[in-house]
Amino acid sequence: MSLAEPAALPVATSAAPRLHVLKRFMGRFKASLPAYLLLLPSLVFLALFTYGAMGRVLVDALYQRATPKAPVRFVGFENISAVLADPAFAGAVVNNLIYAVGTAVPSIALALLFALALSRTHAVNSALRAALFLPVLIPMVAASALFLFIFLPNVGLLDYYIGRLLPVLPNWLGDPDIALYAIMVITIWKNAGYYMLFFLAGLQAVPEDVMEAAHLDGAGPYMRLRHIILPELKPTFLFVTVIAILNAVTQVDHVFVMTQGGPSNATNLVLFYIYQQSVEHYDIGKASAATLLTLAALMGLTALSFRTMANREGGP
Amino acid sequence: MKLIDRLYKDAPLATRNEITPKLGFLLTVLLAIVWLIPFLWMVVATLRPASDGINAMAELMPSLKPTLDNVRDAWEIGDFPRYTINTTIICTGILLVQFVTITLAGFAFARLNFVGKTLIFYLFLMQLMLVPVLLIVPNLSLVAQLGLYDTLTGVMMPFFASAFGTFLMRQAFEAIPTELEDAALIDGASLLQRIRHIYVPLSMPSFSAFAIISVTSHWNDFLWPLMVINSPDKRPLTVGLSVFTKTAEGTQAWGTIAAGTLMVVAPLLVVFLIFQKRFISSFVTSGIK
Repeated sequence: MSLAEPAALPVATSAAPRLHVLKRFMGRFKASLPAYLLLLPSLVFLALFTYGAMGRVLVDALYQRATPKAPVRFVGFENISAVLADPAFAGAVVNNLIYAVGTAVPSIALALLFALALSRTHAVNSALRAALFLPVLIPMVAASALFLFIFLPNVGLLDYYIGRLLPVLPNWLGDPDIALYAIMVITIWKNAGYYMLFFLAGLQAVPEDVMEAAHLDGAGPYMRLRHIILPELKPTFLFVTVIAILNAVTQVDHVFVMTQGGPSNATNLVLFYIYQQSVEHYDIGKASAATLLTLAALMGLTALSFRTMANREGGP
Repeated sequence: MKLIDRLYKDAPLATRNEITPKLGFLLTVLLAIVWLIPFLWMVVATLRPASDGINAMAELMPSLKPTLDNVRDAWEIGDFPRYTINTTIICTGILLVQFVTITLAGFAFARLNFVGKTLIFYLFLMQLMLVPVLLIVPNLSLVAQLGLYDTLTGVMMPFFASAFGTFLMRQAFEAIPTELEDAALIDGASLLQRIRHIYVPLSMPSFSAFAIISVTSHWNDFLWPLMVINSPDKRPLTVGLSVFTKTAEGTQAWGTIAAGTLMVVAPLLVVFLIFQKRFISSFVTSGIK
């Protein structure tokens, strides 16, 4: 005990207070040690594959090698300006913006419709929810395989049933003016059921008595939606919109399987551009520069919802 | 309309005669049918004999002479048993390591106080937003440096830590009364023993919710394994299916493609139809994986 309380000794009082602070810090560190050990396995992988990877993107974006075997050369911001000057990248960004808006808005609107229609739980609604949710569970690659046939010219499902109504059969995936929209249909089909779940959960929070009072006051379905339900669902909208935009950047496997970015770059999206630069052109510098720009854009977006997310996960 | 009225029989009296909600419901039913058509076509085309010809391929009416030829062809051409094994190894491997990392980290956040807790919390939270698929380029170089290029371990490694799982377990552990732990503490149980024998057994629902999310997302992963795996015999189902589709598309073998797709999606869909409630509630908690 006396060792732990050196203050009783005159020598110790005159010792530098810095030692005291250090000791206290060491004490707190020691008390924290079990927690650090428990966190260590996770932190190692986070350090390697999340934060290390980000650092690597930053560094790789500053270097360039002419061929896979050539030595790396420091080029500063050249890669970034090369990417920004690349018409293929600009095209991919524009495509991705169209794709993001064109998938997020319809799938969120459909999700809201589904949730409103199926909010009360009984056997029929559960079956309908399951039907709408099925596409969420299948790989994007499997969805692509099915839609390859659906969009197949002349003999495909779409042309077989609907094509008769059109004067000229469009080449859904082969026409640069249509291909991006065809790709968007798949994403909407695949994600609307997922977003529906969040709206179903959000609708449970709409207070029963307020709805009741609105009925009694003679508010019709539209009025109730506009003035009670939608304001209540605001956080859900925000959350789902962020997910939908993240998905629009990251969930693009169908481009790989169905169109390879074509025809004439009409369906080239940012992630596919990055993949092309790294795997097909072996240009890690440019691929990293494009990754860096995309990360910056997405982090700007998610920063908006950072607080919501932190609260959702219970705060620090 | 009678049928729909029956569905609305317990709706509040004031709204029971409103027409708009019913129209919305009808529209939803219609769209649900449209949503199912690709699946319907997949099953019908799988069972359709090749003798029906390419022009009948889109017909949604099942063939009168159903056959399993397409399934057999896909099974033989596509090496699906091997792909299924690889995907199973990947999903199981990721899940087992994740169980360890998220339990330990979740416990630290739920029950321990430590210097820098806020900072570390945000380090985890950031991972939720830095979607791993965007970091394919640097992660591929790292995996190659570690000598794990073209290995299943290389495919699994970036997912071993999970912020989503950590927060899920933290929430589960926080709900467990501390009295239980105190009793074990008096009996001299160590930290790991307390986690193992008190916290883990009481948090099984959260583990199963996490398992559902983890397995579905890695079962369906495509781009990352596509980049890491080179040898055909190490391909997971998604990469295998994409290669298979490319080949079969050339020969217009749509029945075989449908059969191959069916084999890839069937396991998860069957499990979903059995544990529907579990799946739905797990996905609600997921948001961003």
